[in-house]
Amino acid sequence: MSDINKDELTGKPTTGHVWDGIQELNNPLPKWWLTVLYACIAFSVLWWVLYPAIPGISGYTKGVLGYDQRKVYSEQAAAAAEAQKVWIDKISASTTEQINGDAELLNFAMSGGKAIFNENCAACHAPGGAGRPAFPVLADDDWIWGGDLAQIEQTIRHGVRATTDDATRMNIMPNFGTDGVLTPEQIADVAAFVMSLSGEKSDPAAAATPESIERGKQVFADNCVACHGEQGKGNLELGAPNLTDSIWLYGGDAKTITAQITKPRHGVMPAWEGRLTDAQIKMLAVYVHALGGGQ
Amino acid sequence: MSDTTLTAAVSPYNERVVRQFTIATLFWGIVAFLVGVVIASQLAFPIFNFGLEWTTFGRLRPVHTSAAIFAFGGNALFATSLYVVQRTCRARLFGGDGLAEFLFWGYQLFIVLAASGYVLGITEGREYAEPEWYVDLWLTVVWVVYLLVFLGTLMKRKEPHIYVANWFYLAFIVTVAVLHIGNNLSVPVSLLGTKSYSVFSGVQDAMLQWWYGHNAVGFFLTAGFLGIMYYFVPKQANRPVYSYRLSVVHFWSLIFLYIWAGPHHLHYTALPDWTQTLGMTFSVMLWMPSWGGMINGLMTLSGAWDKLRTDPVLRFLVTSVGFYGMSTFEGPVMSIRSVNSLSHYTDWTIGHVHSGALGWVAFVSFGAIYYLVPKLWNVARVYSIRLIEWHFWLATIGIVLYITPMWISGIMQGLMWRAYDDLGFLQFSFVETVAAMHPYYVVRALAGVLFLSGAIVMVYNMWRTARGDVRTETKLGAAVTATA
Repeated sequence: MSDINKDELTGKPTTGHVWDGIQELNNPLPKWWLTVLYACIAFSVLWWVLYPAIPGISGYTKGVLGYDQRKVYSEQAAAAAEAQKVWIDKISASTTEQINGDAELLNFAMSGGKAIFNENCAACHAPGGAGRPAFPVLADDDWIWGGDLAQIEQTIRHGVRATTDDATRMNIMPNFGTDGVLTPEQIADVAAFVMSLSGEKSDPAAAATPESIERGKQVFADNCVACHGEQGKGNLELGAPNLTDSIWLYGGDAKTITAQITKPRHGVMPAWEGRLTDAQIKMLAVYVHALGGGQ
Repeated sequence: MSDTTLTAAVSPYNERVVRQFTIATLFWGIVAFLVGVVIASQLAFPIFNFGLEWTTFGRLRPVHTSAAIFAFGGNALFATSLYVVQRTCRARLFGGDGLAEFLFWGYQLFIVLAASGYVLGITEGREYAEPEWYVDLWLTVVWVVYLLVFLGTLMKRKEPHIYVANWFYLAFIVTVAVLHIGNNLSVPVSLLGTKSYSVFSGVQDAMLQWWYGHNAVGFFLTAGFLGIMYYFVPKQANRPVYSYRLSVVHFWSLIFLYIWAGPHHLHYTALPDWTQTLGMTFSVMLWMPSWGGMINGLMTLSGAWDKLRTDPVLRFLVTSVGFYGMSTFEGPVMSIRSVNSLSHYTDWTIGHVHSGALGWVAFVSFGAIYYLVPKLWNVARVYSIRLIEWHFWLATIGIVLYITPMWISGIMQGLMWRAYDDLGFLQFSFVETVAAMHPYYVVRALAGVLFLSGAIVMVYNMWRTARGDVRTETKLGAAVTATA
């Protein structure tokens, strides 16, 4: 009969308690365990001395390092601003044309423009200006409101149909269908004509015949040329898109074009003046201009 | 449950309620893992939001977390604590069978009320404490009954001492009550409406929320599950607990230190610097007290290590202790302010949580379930040992494939957020970080499928076990040895 307070397998002493057959060995605390525990406590005490730690009635111990998160942040932010100041000042004092003509300034502006674009524009226009459905591609040479530096800067500063800005890019295409300007048949005809302009393959269901395209041509001449031009090539001054180039903001199929004529969608872009600094807007304009399709 | 009366006659304890909670654990486990797979798929492929408000990520995410923590984890804690306290006290549950029955159905009602609220958009928006005031009040009633039943059983124990598992269970029950009430002090807008507002605001409210949030981890998912570990590891290994003294010291140090660690969830926020320092240092000091449990769990196997090769149930339990050790080391590291500035708000946190939730909480629960079910249904053994092996490997590979991609994508995400070019401009847009994480999200979703499949294997195995079936089978790998 073995000692009741001894583990038979290892011969180590137990505490003598038994619960539902479970016993406990009376092993001491592992030394390394205790050492590391004390080391962690020592580390913590050291940290309480070095850093803000102990609260009192009307304040807290500041710590011998004088660490203050707000101070660190504002110092770092100030240092970062200081490092860029010489470039930012130059950009503020230059026009976008001048920036574009100065290799060093352009290098800086492209870097800054990309970061600003990523943070503010990529949500709609996608990184690199690749565009998304209903948000224009900025990396091609098809522009709605113009693709030279001044036009791009103007669009960024004042936005498109931005209610907060009187100088915003503004146009409203009439509701040809819902306001009863054109009949559904006329709209179907003019949609067929518009699709023919870019050689867009007709939707078989839309049953565009040479006759309907011919009728649509007349409807177009009576209603659309004022903005989109006689050839349907659009008008940058009015922000009227080119309809002949197979590039579509909302889609080039019969259904989408019919919907757009019947009750047009009108995209909105915020005015960035006031949200971004003058230098930021210039950098952004230069960056967007360089994305692939600047004129 | 046709044999209920029979076993009740055999056992001096209330095992009916343990059986009920065990079934609920299995059921809610499947729900939790399934919803996890759904929301992981949503992150990889947004089409899985199905375009319905009820199935969007924002509503299903709390369903997943609450189902995992409170429904799966909670039922596992109820089942094991009520089993363990009766056995180690040699006393039937205090309050009679009626109170136990109320506890079971009351808790399931809480789960259903909470989950239905999330899906319908009724939420307090507090992480892990989303249920609105009416659900909170109901849970308070249930929890007080739980405390009464548990404490009453301890009081009428026939053993001179209280077993260590019960200290952990009691700490869990008491502290969760305090946390639950503290974090849910809110004023309903009207008595007939579901909406309520917290009585605190601003950074105090945030601090209270993370005091709660971190201690939900500390007392629900750590202390409670250490209770499971302290009973089922020595039982399954058939070895004495390694060190009584270690259990005393690590229990009290854990309980004392954990409650202060919450501020590490609010580094670099409006929370005062001194609070952040305390949160960080208490988290660092928590490392060894946490590891005390791991040492006691692992060292209990001294003299029984060979059983790991042959006993997949013990392997579940020991692997869980390993994951426990890993995540309780990772936690203090992540609480260090400079590490946190990289890890916070990234997938690293998600990976950390899941090494704890899948590796520790779920594995120790699986081990306990495999131990309990044959005993509760009075059968000789589990239906199939091979299926336990299958479950073990499916789940283990699932965990590894979950946490590794989350480390990579989390650290990558953190590094991309803070990347500047030489001219001082941010290098990446947010959406570029999301695109970069996509492949890891796909792997993570597949890992979830593996973990879920393992759990389904377990449910099938347990169902056959409860029916009394025994599968005629050779051990995995046994055929190879025979031909060699």
